[in-house]
Amino acid sequence: MLSALITIIRRDLLVAFRRRSELVNPILFYVIVITLFPLGVSPDHEFLSKLAPGVVWVAALLAALISMESIFRQDFDDGSVEQLFLSQHPPTLLILGKVIAHWLITGLPMLVIVPLMALLLYIPEQAIPTLFLTVLIGTPILSLIGAIGVALTAGLRGGGVLLGLLVLPLYIPVLIFASAAVSTAIEGLPSSGHLAMLGSGLILALILAPLAISASLKISMN
Amino acid sequence: MWAWFHKLSSPKYYYEWAGKWLPWLAGITVILMVVGLYWGLVVAPTDYQQGESYRIIYIHVPSAWMSMFVYVVMAVAGFVALVWKTKISEIVVSECAVIGAMFTALALITGMLWGKPTWGTYWTWDARLTSELILLFLYFGVIALYSSIEDKRVAAKAASMLAVVGVVNIPIIHFSVTWWNSLHQPNMDIISENPSMDPSMLWPLLVMATAFKIYFVWLLFIRIRNEIISRERTTNWVRKLIAES
Repeated sequence: MLSALITIIRRDLLVAFRRRSELVNPILFYVIVITLFPLGVSPDHEFLSKLAPGVVWVAALLAALISMESIFRQDFDDGSVEQLFLSQHPPTLLILGKVIAHWLITGLPMLVIVPLMALLLYIPEQAIPTLFLTVLIGTPILSLIGAIGVALTAGLRGGGVLLGLLVLPLYIPVLIFASAAVSTAIEGLPSSGHLAMLGSGLILALILAPLAISASLKISMN
Repeated sequence: MWAWFHKLSSPKYYYEWAGKWLPWLAGITVILMVVGLYWGLVVAPTDYQQGESYRIIYIHVPSAWMSMFVYVVMAVAGFVALVWKTKISEIVVSECAVIGAMFTALALITGMLWGKPTWGTYWTWDARLTSELILLFLYFGVIALYSSIEDKRVAAKAASMLAVVGVVNIPIIHFSVTWWNSLHQPNMDIISENPSMDPSMLWPLLVMATAFKIYFVWLLFIRIRNEIISRERTTNWVRKLIAES
């Protein structure tokens, strides 16, 4: 079973590396959205660092959303998703593998770039570890929930806008707890409570989301 | 009991069964609404703090209750639709989404109208208002998903799935928003021995709440019957029905 999981992760990573431009696009989008805020609102030091936790996370939500399509779209069109269900291994496990691979492709680069974004938005240094942790715990939740939305809209042409409508409201708790954790860290207060909530959210999503994704894919394959 | 449920899940039987209920539901709704509105808007005393403006609660509170109740009904029907794949429960999901969105919008609009004289602003980012707004978005999501898939049976299954996912998320969203910010008054304590609301104001509210609930059932039955006719329009019994009328 574990080898099946590893095989599917390796396969998805390989496919992603063969199309490198798609690897870079979401992260570029992320950086550009963050750059828009100082330009659109105010470059003021104080003001930006107050706004920063929200900006970093709203941008992360949007970047996660636009990168989400790639998780099943191609596989759904060429029939690989059907093969997942025909395999001898439980489909939820294989789907979990696909989500992990997708997170490695989209979430991990965000993790690398987020300290740099923190500098751009004047987030004080003491809050950067917390910001890093929220991205580490939060982005997998985004991938798991987003995959449900993609699975539901997989059979549709141009499901992009619809996906946002379905998934963004479900992202709200992540946004609230993650940006609250960063805000408290900026004020120098302990943020472990918010991080713990985020962590429990991740556990819940890890358990329930693969079931929902596999049921949704089955509906879409109908 | 189970045999009856099975019978009810057949569109033709359901259509006839629900048709018999319609006049009763309509009658009860109208009577309760007239009584409740007269009692609430005319008979009930004026509030010593909020003056006459509090009377909007006779619309606002029942529709806010309904907005959540309908979501639960939708999610339960969605679960039934996914597990037992009955046609009627699939129709209930899509029809509940529309009705629920309507109640949620009504709760938001009346809440804003009440907020202006009481809080001095139409909108504040308080926890209850915000989670009600998010609930409206969740309803819109279900409606949008249902209407963008062409095959109505697949659409209903997808919408059911989304409703079930949403109902797991609603408590999480609600609590996260509550911790985030709160200004709305806490839930009223109406059932215990010392209710925070005077009986002279409370009774009309309960009448209105019941009226809304029965109104919902009435509306749901009408919409389900419509949807049955439109989906089964190629079958013999619908043709016969149309020929007779």
